[in-house]
Amino acid sequence: MKRRRIADKGVRVLFSVNAVLAAAVLLGILIFLLVYGIRAFIPAGAVDPEDPSTQPLTLGGFLFGTSWNPDAYGQPKYGIVPLLLGSLITTVLALLIAIPMGIAGAVFIAERLKGGVRVAVKMAVELFAGFPSVVIGFFGLIVLGPALARFFNVPSGLNVLNASVLLALMSLPTIISVSDDALRVVPHSYREAAYALGASPWTTAIRVILPAARSGIMAAVMLGFGRAVGETMAVLMVAGNAPIIPRSLFDPVRTITTTIAIELGESAFNSIHFFALFALGFILFLIALVTNLIAESMIRREKRSFTL
Amino acid sequence: MKKLFTVATLISTMLFGAEIIVKGSDTMLNLTQRLAEAFSAVRPDVTVSITGGGSGVGINAIINREVDIANASRKIKSKEISSARSNGVNPVEIVIALDGLSVIVNGKNPVSQLTVEQIGAIYRGEITNWNQLGGPNKKIVLYGRQPNSGTFVFFREEVVKGEYSPAMRQMNGNAQIVEGVKADEGGIGYVGLGYIKGIEGIKPVAVARKAGEAYVAPTDEAKVRSGAYPLTRPLYQYTNGRPKGIVRDFILFELGPQGQKIVEEEGFVPVTQNYSERNNQILQQ
Repeated sequence: MKRRRIADKGVRVLFSVNAVLAAAVLLGILIFLLVYGIRAFIPAGAVDPEDPSTQPLTLGGFLFGTSWNPDAYGQPKYGIVPLLLGSLITTVLALLIAIPMGIAGAVFIAERLKGGVRVAVKMAVELFAGFPSVVIGFFGLIVLGPALARFFNVPSGLNVLNASVLLALMSLPTIISVSDDALRVVPHSYREAAYALGASPWTTAIRVILPAARSGIMAAVMLGFGRAVGETMAVLMVAGNAPIIPRSLFDPVRTITTTIAIELGESAFNSIHFFALFALGFILFLIALVTNLIAESMIRREKRSFTL
Repeated sequence: MKKLFTVATLISTMLFGAEIIVKGSDTMLNLTQRLAEAFSAVRPDVTVSITGGGSGVGINAIINREVDIANASRKIKSKEISSARSNGVNPVEIVIALDGLSVIVNGKNPVSQLTVEQIGAIYRGEITNWNQLGGPNKKIVLYGRQPNSGTFVFFREEVVKGEYSPAMRQMNGNAQIVEGVKADEGGIGYVGLGYIKGIEGIKPVAVARKAGEAYVAPTDEAKVRSGAYPLTRPLYQYTNGRPKGIVRDFILFELGPQGQKIVEEEGFVPVTQNYSERNNQILQQ
């Protein structure tokens, strides 16, 4: 009895240490990005009035500038609007494709498949989640790009649409797998009650089980969002990477992540360009943080109504 | 005792292995990869590991003392030299091959020759339709490289002479530009000479310095070598200080007959007389 209590206490300490550690790491990343990013605005080194590339940025110019060209002749331009829009447009479009498909897939797997088939299908879905993004990007470059170009009769398949389809493909496994888990934990009594009232299995799934699992499905969607907004390699290969504000689905687009990936290697250490990329990273972190907070509050509100 | 010592060194090199780390230009990636393979056949005690990332990445790595050799398809910038100096690094330049940077269009495109000025106007976004160049009524789609690429920088300095059109699709490597132009009848791109040989579906255009002068194809090796092709450029390797020890051995191998034969096989042009004299001055001890 006593030994068990000691083990209990040990585990509790272990868990709290881990929780504190995880929070500290997160806070550390936030502070690190902030400290580095802020130096793009507050000059760290000497400002050479002759050299426009050493001029610090203004916050307004950074947040509302519509041109990103750190290598420009003369005055470099660091406006994040095209990149921010690029990230949001591709991600939202990807979710528009992936959410209906993902939830439908999860309902099918959770409610209609039984035993071995279910396990096999779920395993296949989860296997796909681990697919290297560079392989998916290559598929987008060689197969999907030319196919889209031919189908829509546009010159190039390297555009917003291609990137969004790939991002949808990559966030689908996450959405399906997490939604499926959420559907499965809905108590069996719900189904039995619905059947007792004469509902068909499909009506039960759509009208009863799905609403009951809403918070879990919301979490799945948010995880899908995280996957899509943070994905780099596949987008780098198929989006065309032109830092412009896209006017149609067939324009090229550049996202925040790909900009960091492309430019971090060549920007000189401790230059304005280098710090500006950290500022971009900070913005990306903020996006992730805000969506998580929204998701969290939604789930919490959901839970409260659930217990009543 | 001496024998024991030799054995000990041999074992230690086998265990710890002498390694040369090379990083940089994507254009030179395949070439240096093959040079490294051939070198390790001669010197099995040395491993040469090569990664790409772009010329800017390679030069940054040599500035930060992360690598032994930086591959670069452009010359080091004066700003990079000063930041190397302030880091205590002295970049030394070797030319290992020449490249005729090739402007490619889709195989179905009837336009087959352009002047440097025209190509510049196309990439600045001033000429936007092929019918302005005697081709079909088709929108021009620009394919270029991303800013960490030496080819991006070289092309901007020598041809664009201004800002690239922001609508240019920035591709992650030569092979991707080839794939893009192959699939796009309105496409135009620029890649190293080593990436167009034996590829179907694209064609390199002949380039003239200005209107009225002779158009030269990049596949005409003699004219790339003599500099008559307007977009001839050297491919560089940078080391920290004069190359010594195994790094020097590797560079000598690249510049030797066996290495230069590989350069040719990979579709590039061997080093010419004046570059070779410059290299020798640096490599002499």
